[in-house]
Amino acid sequence: MASQGTGYDLSASTYSPDGRIFQIEYAAKAVENAGTVIAIRTKEGVVIAVEKLVQSKLLVPGSNRRIFNIDRHIGAASAGLIADGRHLAERARDEAVNYRDTYRHPTPLKALADRVGLYVQAYTLYSSVRPFGISTILAGIDDVRGPQIFMVEPSGVFWGYNGCAIGKGKQLAKTEIEKLDLGSLTLSQAVEEAAKIIYKVHDEAKDKEFELEMSWIGPETDGKHQLVPDELRKEAARKAKEALDDEMED
Amino acid sequence: MEALDMNRLKKGEVDLGTSIMAVAYDKGVIIGADSRTTMGSYIANRVTDKLTHLSDRIYCCRSGSAADTQALADIVTYYLSLYSVNMDQQPDVKTAANLFQDLVYQNKDRLSAGIIVAGWDKKNGGKVFNIPLGGGIFEQPWAIGGSGSTYIYGYCDATWKEGWGKEQTLEFVKNALSLAMRRDGSSGGTIRMADITEDGIERHFIPGDQLPELAGKIV
Repeated sequence: MASQGTGYDLSASTYSPDGRIFQIEYAAKAVENAGTVIAIRTKEGVVIAVEKLVQSKLLVPGSNRRIFNIDRHIGAASAGLIADGRHLAERARDEAVNYRDTYRHPTPLKALADRVGLYVQAYTLYSSVRPFGISTILAGIDDVRGPQIFMVEPSGVFWGYNGCAIGKGKQLAKTEIEKLDLGSLTLSQAVEEAAKIIYKVHDEAKDKEFELEMSWIGPETDGKHQLVPDELRKEAARKAKEALDDEMED
Repeated sequence: MEALDMNRLKKGEVDLGTSIMAVAYDKGVIIGADSRTTMGSYIANRVTDKLTHLSDRIYCCRSGSAADTQALADIVTYYLSLYSVNMDQQPDVKTAANLFQDLVYQNKDRLSAGIIVAGWDKKNGGKVFNIPLGGGIFEQPWAIGGSGSTYIYGYCDATWKEGWGKEQTLEFVKNALSLAMRRDGSSGGTIRMADITEDGIERHFIPGDQLPELAGKIV
C-alpha cells in the first residue's frame, strides 16, 4: 500500500488527504484473512455456514463457536477477530432485548442491523479506539419481510443480501452462490449447497484442518435460529466431500 | 416511594371526569367518549374531544388529568411517528399501548392518567388495551374507563356479546355512554365516537339533545 508510512494510517480519527480512513481499511484486511462465512437466503428461510479453521488438534471439537444466537429468530456469524465477533454478538443481543422491551414484538432484522451498524460506526470516529476487525452476517426471519440477510462491515455500513460471503474464500464463494437458483431452493437443499461451497473454497494447502459449522432458520426449525442437527450437517459434509472428489476426477 | 394518592389534582387543574370506552369487533374497533371537561364543579368545556389521534389507525381515550394525558399522548405520538419512518410500516396497537404503559408505570407516583388505547393493525386487526392508574396493561375485547364507567360495569357485562358487527357495536357504545353520562356528575355533554378499520377512521357525533331514550327512562 503506497500510503503506508505517510502517517495518516495510525488513527481512526484522521483522514488521509484523499479522504480515506486507513484504520478501517486495515480492519477489512483482518476480515480477509479469516475463515470463510457464507449465508444463503431461500424463499423458506436462511442458512449460515462457517469454515471454522482449527488452530490446534488439541482443541475440543465443537468449541469456540462462530455462529451466535442473537434472538430466537436471528443468528449472527462474524469473520475476523473472534473476540470482536463475540463482543458484537453480545451487543446485538442487548439491542434485540431493548427493542422487545420498547415495542413488545421481536425486532425486525433491518432495525437490528441498523443499530449494530451504528455501534460499529462509532468505533471509526475516535483516536482512542480501533474499528472492529470483523464483518458480521445477521440472518433471520421476521413476520413482516420474511427471511433476510444483512452484512455489517467494519465501517458500519450494512447491506441486505440474497446470498453473502465474507472471509478468505469470499470471491469464490460468491461466484458459487450466484450459480444457485435461490428462488426454487428448499431450505434443506440450501444446507447441502452451503456445505458444498464451504468445502470448495477451503484451501487445503494453506489451512489444514477446519470444522464445518452451520445454522438455519425456517419451517424445519419452527421459525427459530438453531444449529443444523449433527446428522444433517455430517450428511451435508459427506455429500460436499463427494462432490468435491467428483470434480477433482473430471 | 410516596403512597399513591388518586385524587391529587392541583387546585384548578383541569380534570377529565369522564366516561370513555372502546370495543373491538370483527372489522376493527369502536371508541367513544363523553365531552365534559371540568375544573371542580365548573364545566370548562362541554364539547371536548377526548378521542386522541396517535397514528393512522391508532387512537386513545383519555381520562384523568387533561394536562398529564395530553402530554403522554404527545410523547407516544412522537414515538409512533418516529417508528413508522424508521420501520417503513405502521406500528401495532400493542406497540402504542406498551409505550403508554412504560410511561405511566415509570411515573406512576406523579401522573393521574387512565388511558384506553385502541386501533387497527394489519397483523392483529381491531385491538383494545386498557392502561389504568398504576401502569398495568390489559388486552380486552372491550374496555370502559373514567369516573362514569363505574356506573355501567353491570350494563356492559350483561349486554356485550362476541361476534357483533359495526352497527350493533356502535349502538352498544352509544347506550353505555349515555347511561354513564346520566349518572355521573362529571360526565356529560355529547357523545363522540370513532370507528377505526382498515379503510380509515369514521367519526360519529351525537348531540346532547339526541342521546338515546334509554337514558331517559332512569328516574
